Amino acid sequence: MTTIQARPGSPYARLYSVGSAIPSRVVDNEEMCTYIDSSDEWIQQRTGITERRWIAEGEDAQSLAKKAAESAIERSGLSLDQIDAVIVSTVSQYKQTPAMAPLLAADLGLQDAAAFDIGAACAGFCYGVAQADALVRSGAATHVLVVGVETLSKITDLHDRSTAFLFADGAGAAVVGPSEVNGIGPVEWGSDGYQAEVIDMTADWLTAVEQGVPSYVKMNGQAVFRWATGYIADAAKRTLEAAGITPDQLDCFIPHQANNRITDSMLRHLKLPEKVVVARTIKQLGNTSAASVPIAMDELLSSGQAKSGDTALIIGFGAGLVYAGQVVVLP
Amino acid sequence: MATTEEIRTQLAELVNDVAGVPVEDVQLDKSFVDDLDVDSLAMVEIIVGCEEKFGVTIPDEDSKNLKTVGDAVAYIENHS
Repeated sequence: MTTIQARPGSPYARLYSVGSAIPSRVVDNEEMCTYIDSSDEWIQQRTGITERRWIAEGEDAQSLAKKAAESAIERSGLSLDQIDAVIVSTVSQYKQTPAMAPLLAADLGLQDAAAFDIGAACAGFCYGVAQADALVRSGAATHVLVVGVETLSKITDLHDRSTAFLFADGAGAAVVGPSEVNGIGPVEWGSDGYQAEVIDMTADWLTAVEQGVPSYVKMNGQAVFRWATGYIADAAKRTLEAAGITPDQLDCFIPHQANNRITDSMLRHLKLPEKVVVARTIKQLGNTSAASVPIAMDELLSSGQAKSGDTALIIGFGAGLVYAGQVVVLP
Repeated sequence: MATTEEIRTQLAELVNDVAGVPVEDVQLDKSFVDDLDVDSLAMVEIIVGCEEKFGVTIPDEDSKNLKTVGDAVAYIENHS
């Protein structure tokens, strides 16, 4: 029998760096209330959001992704030719093909990197980290760029009172590479397509084109809240257990920035000690879907609230419904 | 089998934890929304908390009928 040669991988992987990019246009609740019948007080009380960022003229999803990726690559200390795979998670690539990842790879000046997009909505970054970890450990890739990027402002119905104030634009990126010690815990992930209608589009692209109707994200907020505060809070607990980490060993909690009320509820459920630093970037950046976890991670590190080497629980959850969480060592 | 008062007490602790309502205010005749100022998101969290605490399943079509503390206590008594 012929023997097929295998390529050895690394025993472990870790995050080398993180970077982010937020667009320039600030949309505060006062402006938001010119589109919907609501109030600053109501929006803050229900979500914790005071303002969000939307792309302005000259900015788009790929330009945000590039900025975040350049920052992450620079901070990783690696050269461009050492990045051999690019994973982009986005629901904001507004054409069916080609995917954003090869376009971004070329935009960054990478040569011949494997590149593909994944569709895991707000869980996208954590799905990407899970894949990057597996690629590095399997030997399929050595240094993987993982990007979460969204321009949700383009697919948000500005007059939908249940979603308009939530969604925002931004990008986050991380470089994952080989390590002698484990820096990425086991992924706890799953899906519940039986609840697909809970977060959906008002029309698929084909219908939108053929019938000339807009295609917006629509959401049953209460159903999402129920899922997130029940099942996902349990998943967060399982993620810690899978990594063998007790709440008092944790330094940071970086959940997808969906709603401060969901974060509050998860904290009650997880019973994390007071010393754990909790990401709250939603206050000024809104819900940036796949980008929210890496943006929040970058913000915690840049502001000094967290430091390199800290142990963090990250978890993303969203349309699908899908979710993924890991315990990671911060870069 | 827990008594009505035991269920009310545990529910009061849950409502206090989720919405910051003083436990002594959580009485059977009180409306979650009108008397205790519990908003719809907090109500969802209370329902999820009840499912966990009392081992009941409360589907959406039933949860919307739980207007008062007494409604919730009776539901838990009848379904646990």
